[in-house]
Amino acid sequence: MFEEPLKLVLGLISGILFGVLLQKGQVAKFQKLMGQFLLKDFTVVKIMTTAIAVGTLGVHALVALGVAEIHVQTASLARVIVGGVLFGTGLAIFGLCPGTSVAACGEGRRDAMIGVLGMFVGAGVYVASYEALEPLFRSMADYGKVTLPEFTGTAPWPWAGALAVVIAIALALLERAHPKRLDAKL
Amino acid sequence: MKVWSPYVVGAGIGILSWFTFATADKPIGITTAFEYSAALTEQAAAPEVTQPYIEAKAKDGKVPKIDWEWMLVLGVFIGAYFSSKMSGDRAPGEQVPGLWGWRFGTSQRKRHAGAFLGGVIMMLGARIAQGCTSGHAISGILQLSLSSWIFAPVMGVAGMAVAFLIYGKEGRNHV
Repeated sequence: MFEEPLKLVLGLISGILFGVLLQKGQVAKFQKLMGQFLLKDFTVVKIMTTAIAVGTLGVHALVALGVAEIHVQTASLARVIVGGVLFGTGLAIFGLCPGTSVAACGEGRRDAMIGVLGMFVGAGVYVASYEALEPLFRSMADYGKVTLPEFTGTAPWPWAGALAVVIAIALALLERAHPKRLDAKL
Repeated sequence: MKVWSPYVVGAGIGILSWFTFATADKPIGITTAFEYSAALTEQAAAPEVTQPYIEAKAKDGKVPKIDWEWMLVLGVFIGAYFSSKMSGDRAPGEQVPGLWGWRFGTSQRKRHAGAFLGGVIMMLGARIAQGCTSGHAISGILQLSLSSWIFAPVMGVAGMAVAFLIYGKEGRNHV
């Protein structure tokens, strides 16, 4: 029922830090997330891409040092395409994503709490209908738990380096086109 | 301070991912904890319903439990609670979000229904895809996971399409 206590404490610490970052980044807010989907406010993309650029370099260094391993989900086309469409649809209706909705609950937002309850129900639907969903998962190709470097038979470093550089350049251009907004309606 | 620069927050999340990989060898993710909680609840109430799911997980060497990720989700709540308390950035009473209010009116009940329905659909999608904005779109993309590089653009385009469908171009004046 429970994982070892040290892991639980580490999870809690990581979560608290994540919660503070999401809250300070203003992304535990409906208006910010919908502002991104309506292409008006680019805070969400700025945060996510910066996290990816910084994260990919460090995580690949840790993997190279043998401290950590890569943990990816299977590239089942049916899973990621059907799941992705449902996920984007639900997110645009709710206005918060899983992590930011939990953070929004921490901010005391009642609608986020109701949405999280809905998320719990959604997870229950998935578990209870697993048998019915399985044929769907097998209806398209599944490339397994692979990374882009593995899939293409190349080394990970050029990918991680190029990704970080491309993001840095794109963010510099994005910042010029969409600087920090002072008129955001929260 | 109430607001940090998105670049500071983004870099912070990136460094946090180093921390989670270094200390627990785990990527940041949110929705597996919901799946496990729902599975444990359903298993207690109606074990026969969860049987196929539990068996499939066992084949993967996994058992639903209260784990690192479950505590991460709890931590997000706690962290956001204290962060918002200390900077006075709490929910503004019972108001509905401005964009929602402009489109659907100020009824609390309507907003709650929308949040619930959206939450159900979003989480069903997350579990089918085995990841969310955190697990796929940040952790998976940074690990160069093939599944995440497909998921992220699909969910982004779907989200934008539905957002414009619901609120239209004029909605942009209300965020």
